[in-house]
Amino acid sequence: MKMKRTFSALLVVLALCGVVGYSSSAYAAGDTPHPPKQDWSFSGMFGTYDKGALQRGLKVYQNVCSACHGMKHLRYRNLTALGYNENQVKNIAAQYSVTDGPNDEGEMFERTAIPSDAFVSPYPNEAAAKYANNGAYPVDLSLITKARHSGSDYVYGLLTGYSEPEHGVEVPEGKYYNKYFPGHVISMAPPLSDDIVAYDDGTPTTTEQYAKDVAHFLTWAADPYMEDRKRIGLRVIIFLLVFAGIMYAYKRQLWADLH
Amino acid sequence: MGSGQREKFDNPVVEWVDSRLPVFTLMQREYGSFPVPKNFNYFWNFGAIAGVMLVTMIVTGIVLAMQYTAHTDLAFDSVERIMRDVNFGWMLRYMHSNGASFFFIAVYIHIFRGMYYGSYKGPRELLWILGVVIFLLMMATAFIGYVLPWGQMSYWGATVITNLFSALPLVGEPIVTWLWGGFSVDNPTLNRFFALHYLLPFVIFAVVFLHVWALHICGSNNPEGIEPKSEQDTVSFHPYYTIKDSFGLLFFLVLYCLFVFFAPDYLGHPDNYIPADPLVTPAHIVPEWYFLPFYAILRAITFEIGIPFTDIVFITAKLGGVIAMFGAIALWFVMPWLDTHPVRSARYRPLYRTFFILLVIDFVALGYIGSQAADAVLFGLPLSVMGLICTAYYFAFFLVILPVLSKKEKVKTLPNSIHDAVLAKNKSHS
Repeated sequence: MKMKRTFSALLVVLALCGVVGYSSSAYAAGDTPHPPKQDWSFSGMFGTYDKGALQRGLKVYQNVCSACHGMKHLRYRNLTALGYNENQVKNIAAQYSVTDGPNDEGEMFERTAIPSDAFVSPYPNEAAAKYANNGAYPVDLSLITKARHSGSDYVYGLLTGYSEPEHGVEVPEGKYYNKYFPGHVISMAPPLSDDIVAYDDGTPTTTEQYAKDVAHFLTWAADPYMEDRKRIGLRVIIFLLVFAGIMYAYKRQLWADLH
Repeated sequence: MGSGQREKFDNPVVEWVDSRLPVFTLMQREYGSFPVPKNFNYFWNFGAIAGVMLVTMIVTGIVLAMQYTAHTDLAFDSVERIMRDVNFGWMLRYMHSNGASFFFIAVYIHIFRGMYYGSYKGPRELLWILGVVIFLLMMATAFIGYVLPWGQMSYWGATVITNLFSALPLVGEPIVTWLWGGFSVDNPTLNRFFALHYLLPFVIFAVVFLHVWALHICGSNNPEGIEPKSEQDTVSFHPYYTIKDSFGLLFFLVLYCLFVFFAPDYLGHPDNYIPADPLVTPAHIVPEWYFLPFYAILRAITFEIGIPFTDIVFITAKLGGVIAMFGAIALWFVMPWLDTHPVRSARYRPLYRTFFILLVIDFVALGYIGSQAADAVLFGLPLSVMGLICTAYYFAFFLVILPVLSKKEKVKTLPNSIHDAVLAKNKSHS
């Protein structure tokens, strides 16, 4: 009997290892190193976003990244989640103008952006974006931390991973060496350097801090409901565990007469 | 159904309905007093669990379909809209995407349980075959469903898998064009995939109904693999198994919800958060984890079959892979006739048990190999060679080992009855 128990347990463990093993091993390939794990406030079962970091990250995005990268899945009204009130969000939106229309006369027109507008993209379309960037397309960043392996760590690694070429990698004119970019040759010039964005909360204005904050902000942008998800999830798990416990006790009692 | 003797119900409304359409009698008979072997272990929970997952998938899927747009220009964004702007849309979508994985986990355990305890053997052959049909329909539905978000893996997965049909001689190319509704995976493909993804779950539901019907004709197998002989061997389905299944289901749902709420993208692929781009091929095109063992079998066949020393090829490597992959599942259909050994349960067939455990390990290994790049190397061994060895064992198990064991294998002494087996087990425990 013991053998059979062991076998059953073994089978279940095997099956689970299979599932977990596949998904973690499936995508580790190529010679690009894994970006080192950073300490994020949103990691783990109880992790939450840091509103200060989110606001600073937005600032870095607005002042640096948004020159080339859009975030079309976000709307200005979403920024209330960063701790801004409605007036502040209105003011942020008002910094941008969008093309609207057609109006009564059939003309398209420019107007100031309002909170319900999507984040304004820097280029009208992909072709224009490529044309302005030597043929390289600055991807939309709305989902970037979900669309890359080890998302937040990757963004941080990439932004701080610029250096002189290593391991004999040939870097063509107008391209750059980056330790964590697949293939190491990246078209984006190092976007961050110390003191390029002013912070008003006393946080150090270093490249590392900018990278950390903007990665934090981009993680929120890709997964804005993470805090709700974990909060609801915790209740769901506790409910299921208690319910399962009751059913187990009931099951034992019910079956006790039979055994 | 419905004919024969009927007991009167006390409740007048129930009685009024039941005398005209005996649904209450049916439920009472099939799920109330239905006699079930009393020695099930927890592996027997997974049929019920799979059923619940199917319903979960249909319910979340219908609500998602109300918000989804099946157009190449809009599909990706419409999924993001569900994630961001639809009330609890993120929860629905994560329940659906992880639900597919957990449906497959339940069904794989259910299938391998059936193999271990000989549930495919007579008189349950048709029950087993209907189960394999369900599995095939699930694979089709899951594959098509993964295409709908129209990310990079959706697009390239669809391209690779539909292209498999081009390996068929003569009719291959026209079939692929017909499947696509054009000359590449494009809007007509996405549109028909959506239509089929809505249709197939209901087909699955219908076949599940037949599967359960067939189960209730011949009754459940059990870990001893012997038929119940007296009332001592069975208990009524309710409350004994309704309660046990509830506990098993709730425990399973805990694992499922851990993924839904705490690691919702873990089983997915990051590339599918990049919108589909026909001009950029991802570095590795990997199917979802539940297809990996079969994907490994597909890729294991890298040689042609023809007349040696000539250029004549009967079966190209690609066609060989396709035949092997579909053959790997097709073998399940004939399993009741490949294994004709009179004893069902592996508990009493030590050799079968050993070879079966090896098969499970082999299957998991194939899954691992399927997840890796085609030219990957593990401990100095090229994985392509290991893939071929594992594929060979897989086929040898069904085509050689089962028939040989059917004739040769000596068995341990079977218990007289299920009741005796349970008594013996309790004795050894105390």
